[in-house]
Amino acid sequence: MAPPYPHRCLRNADGRRESLAIRALTWSNRGVSENSGTPVGRRVVLGMLGLGAAAVAAGPYLQRAVDSVTSKDPTGLSDLLPGGGGFRYYSVVGSVPERGPEDYTLTVNGLVDRAVTFRLADLQAMEQTRIVHDVQCVTGWRVAGVPFEGVRLSALLDAAGVQPAATAVRFGCFDGSYSESLTLDQARRDDVLVALRMEDRPVSHEHGGPVRLYVAPMYFYKSAKWLDTVTLTPSVQRGYWEHYGYDVDAWVGRSNGRDDAPTG
Amino acid sequence: MRPPAEERIPRFARAERWVHRATAVLMVVCLVTALALYYPPISQLVGRRRPVAVVHEWCGLLLPVPLLLGLASRALRADLGRLNRFTPRDRVWLRAVLRRSYRRPAGKFNAGQKLYAAWIAGAVLVMLGTGLLMWFTHLAPLVWRTGATFVHDWLAVAVAVVVGGHLYLAARDPEARRGMRTGSVDPLWVAREHPDWDHRAENAAQAQADRNAR
Repeated sequence: MAPPYPHRCLRNADGRRESLAIRALTWSNRGVSENSGTPVGRRVVLGMLGLGAAAVAAGPYLQRAVDSVTSKDPTGLSDLLPGGGGFRYYSVVGSVPERGPEDYTLTVNGLVDRAVTFRLADLQAMEQTRIVHDVQCVTGWRVAGVPFEGVRLSALLDAAGVQPAATAVRFGCFDGSYSESLTLDQARRDDVLVALRMEDRPVSHEHGGPVRLYVAPMYFYKSAKWLDTVTLTPSVQRGYWEHYGYDVDAWVGRSNGRDDAPTG
Repeated sequence: MRPPAEERIPRFARAERWVHRATAVLMVVCLVTALALYYPPISQLVGRRRPVAVVHEWCGLLLPVPLLLGLASRALRADLGRLNRFTPRDRVWLRAVLRRSYRRPAGKFNAGQKLYAAWIAGAVLVMLGTGLLMWFTHLAPLVWRTGATFVHDWLAVAVAVVVGGHLYLAARDPEARRGMRTGSVDPLWVAREHPDWDHRAENAAQAQADRNAR
């Protein structure tokens, strides 16, 4: 009798039809008792180890193949797949307070001629710069062509007046824990923004709104979310992840032991 | 009505039950923290990336430890032997599943349980290896780490699905759960689910081996 659910079959020794998969699993186990059967368990474990090692070796190619498929997916369902496109949400604290136009402020202080505090409206009134680059996370995900718009950090530094003793900038965040830093030269680059808009919308709370840092040529952990303080310091102070071994000079493709294509 | 306790059939020794419990807790913590690290809606609820990552890493590292400690138990070693070996009966059982037939012969463990045990053991070892490559980033060259991340991500999805199936089957079989919780099972359940399990002989041999060890 044909099986109700057809699959590839062979005839076994008794002349009955038998699935190829079952035959492969139980190969050479004729006429054995409970504790002396074929060691299929051991074979499966070793097989998993072999497959795992092969997939690690082939992983970079397979990942590229997956990317080339998911990058053409209009439904957005592929965001649910591992390593799929789209942003991942990372926060180092349990919850982050929400701030808006009424209560958000950004303070520039430290080794400056005069500490300055900007409200959201003040920042919106300044000259806006729009930059479109890929975003690359140090954990591997990348989002292509993300527009950021905001005030050049150098404009804010000039507004406060940087003193000669300052060589670095430290960034503080209103989540209460996160911090980042750049050298003064890096901070003055024209692709370093205090971003008010991202993906042509105001920066959302999840993305670090209302105001986040955007450091285009570096891994995304440098682009601190929920930015509220810019402090000029005499030397570079390591940021949150940099205490756990991440590189301070986090150029994409030239740091953290990674070789991603540059973003900036 | 359930038969009195003395008529119930011993199935899992205390050591085996504790190994199962400890492994289950570690596996669930690994899966839940993985979700909090990688699935954005859950990430937004949980945040606290650093502590969550540390819990995930340590639970992953500890995952094989209960089983390794359990190897000290003779009963557990005997059951590992039973899970390892496939007999012609298992071939019949697998064939019956593919044909949706209900004549499914099984000893103490059926072929599905044997395959699950071996697959999840292999998967945990692969997750451990790839996880260590991702954790200690200076152990291996970058291309290894890219490959390890790829395998760790996708195998995590497979493990979640397979463990989900394990929980689904357990949820549908209260007597199987009682066996893992209390150590003994109903004779009628054994007759239905494990008709070819010669529990009298196996448990007597077990008791004899325990006496000899003392």
